[in-house]
Amino acid sequence: MSDAAHAHDDHSHGHPTGIMRWLTTTNHKDIGTMYLWFALIMLFSAGTMALLIRAELFQPGMQLTNPDFFNQLTTMHGLIMIFGAIMPAFSGFANWQVPLMLGAPDMAFPRMNNWAFWMLPVAGLMLMASFLLPGGAVAGGWTMYPPLFIQGGISYDLTILAVHIMGLSSIMGSINIATTILNMRAPGLTLMKMPLFCWTWLITAYLLIATMPVLAGAVTMLLTDRNFGTHFFNAAGGGDPVMFQHIFWFFAHPEVYILILPAFGIVSQIIPTFARKPLFGYASMVYATASIAILSFIVWAHHMFTVGMPAAAQLFFMFSTMLIAVPTGVKVFNWVATMWKGSLTFETPMLFAIAFVCLFTIGGFSGLVLAIAPVDIQLHDTYYVVAHFHYVLVSGALFSIFAGIYYWLPKWTGNMYNETLGKWHFWLSVIGMNLVFFPMHFLGLAGMPRRIPDYALQFTEFNQIATVGAFIFGFSQLLFLAVVLKTVKGGEKASSRVWEGAEGLEWTLPSPAPYHTFETAPVVK
Amino acid sequence: MAVGNAKTLTKFIVVTLGMFGFGFALVPFYYKICEVTGINSGAEQSLAKNTQVDTSRWVTLEFDASINEALPWRFKPMQRSLKAHPGQLVQVEYEVTNTSDHAIVGLAVPSYGPARAAAFFNKIECFCFTPQTLAAGESRRMPVLFVLDPAMDRDVHTVTLSYTFFDAAAKGQASGSQKGLPRG
Repeated sequence: MSDAAHAHDDHSHGHPTGIMRWLTTTNHKDIGTMYLWFALIMLFSAGTMALLIRAELFQPGMQLTNPDFFNQLTTMHGLIMIFGAIMPAFSGFANWQVPLMLGAPDMAFPRMNNWAFWMLPVAGLMLMASFLLPGGAVAGGWTMYPPLFIQGGISYDLTILAVHIMGLSSIMGSINIATTILNMRAPGLTLMKMPLFCWTWLITAYLLIATMPVLAGAVTMLLTDRNFGTHFFNAAGGGDPVMFQHIFWFFAHPEVYILILPAFGIVSQIIPTFARKPLFGYASMVYATASIAILSFIVWAHHMFTVGMPAAAQLFFMFSTMLIAVPTGVKVFNWVATMWKGSLTFETPMLFAIAFVCLFTIGGFSGLVLAIAPVDIQLHDTYYVVAHFHYVLVSGALFSIFAGIYYWLPKWTGNMYNETLGKWHFWLSVIGMNLVFFPMHFLGLAGMPRRIPDYALQFTEFNQIATVGAFIFGFSQLLFLAVVLKTVKGGEKASSRVWEGAEGLEWTLPSPAPYHTFETAPVVK
Repeated sequence: MAVGNAKTLTKFIVVTLGMFGFGFALVPFYYKICEVTGINSGAEQSLAKNTQVDTSRWVTLEFDASINEALPWRFKPMQRSLKAHPGQLVQVEYEVTNTSDHAIVGLAVPSYGPARAAAFFNKIECFCFTPQTLAAGESRRMPVLFVLDPAMDRDVHTVTLSYTFFDAAAKGQASGSQKGLPRG
């Protein structure tokens, strides 16, 4: 079997080697790998910015940065983590896993897949290079609100262009993934038999196709306001800056679910494997995911309770936001019910998945607190909000990515990762992460504003705890890099099934998965 | 299979372009929503609106002016009457002229009819609070700014505000407390 797969590899002679192989590849596995490495590089770049932010906030007063550079750091940290790290990482998973899980030979549009990936490094480079431009990188917040974003220098134009490119890339990626899932499933693999990861990505792809063009429109309006004399958002010419916030959050609230739905999918693959039980309530999981996606279009203004809106609108957005807790609760209970009376083992992927369920739920609850309009007016733009979205994005999205990497890396490389190092990475990450973000709840409740490089003396202790935690969390990711590199190089050979409880088409393939797979579609009964 | 994929691709591209257009369509949509619901129009800020005005009834306000016979002044309201809602801020003006050949300090005393309306007649700005010094032949317009308390009895339909100007010095002699006032 393994030899036959190797023969297939040789079949690709005459193809470019070295750098040209990676530039021209249309293979979903190559592209998935590139997405994941790109995401990791961006994670370390934006993570370094986060550590600079935390180092500055170790003491009140200005130590390392100046206020303008601090604002550049917070803005770029947000933009790069969202568009450069989390989204490409999920695209990497989709590229690797969707064809393997569906029994498809490759993605639906391999050439477009290649383009979609190679746009990303260009955009990433543009963002990073903007630090070197006169005036430095963008400093108006990742939300790109006018008037700041129609006033800044050249790096603002560059960032808008980078957002255009990253948006186009993710639209192309999503069309590819959705088409693959809709058209290229193995015979007998109906939609309702599909692994949940494919379901969550299908719904994510729909969200991306529906909302990313709206963001493209919004930043295009910013660009024309800046350069071509339009006044969409420029109050001096009769425009309305609040309108930008409405259009932006019409995109960005679904974007929040774009960042978490694939995480739900990954966790829904991992928990049944290590509980050695099928996923509890599969159909309800699918419907809950779809409900979350649909509801995400009618809740956007809960990000803007303080800009002024009638009480009736505040009530509408408050209740619609709270409604999302229902399908989300369904998912959390299903994961818990899957583990209930299962034969649990606690390998690293499972540890990250369980941490995901617990910590994401904390983030969900603080989200419910923020959904209450009168409370939000008090907590808006405080560290409570920072704590909330880092609980859902770090211990939510990022932890699910770690879980997924540990889970599928043996399938991708053919080697088992080092379990001891994996556990060290997990415990350092989970302790570090909670040290950073849990005290931020208290800071926010006490009124510490976000995006400010200095703070009042009474906030010092909690900020110092957060900074210590940030450095533990940040440097323990080097351990993750070491584990991945070690596994790529070698290690204990993985069996084709890898995990005792693993179910699904990808585990019928040898490890490592051959370069070409499922050229004849498997039949699913 | 390839044909099916091309068809799906076309559909998704149409949706993508449609949503790009929708982003721009949100602009007129936003302004229409604001217009229909009256939010964010700038002219009518809901916060600045006075919610204490009782628009369910009108009260006729009459203005009267008279002079104590010892004072050589001419005194008249600029308007005889007007209608206002209780709770509404009203401004009126009186004009006073010193017809003598020397400066005189005068003091105005208000009275109300009916007398029970007096408790609900809240003056914010009035020339009657301070003694007025007028040079020989000087003429002056003086504002009165007031609000009728909406708690005023509903059967009061007309309120008369009447001022009488006295010579402050003469008044001072009578009460013995205004001796220090400058004169001539």
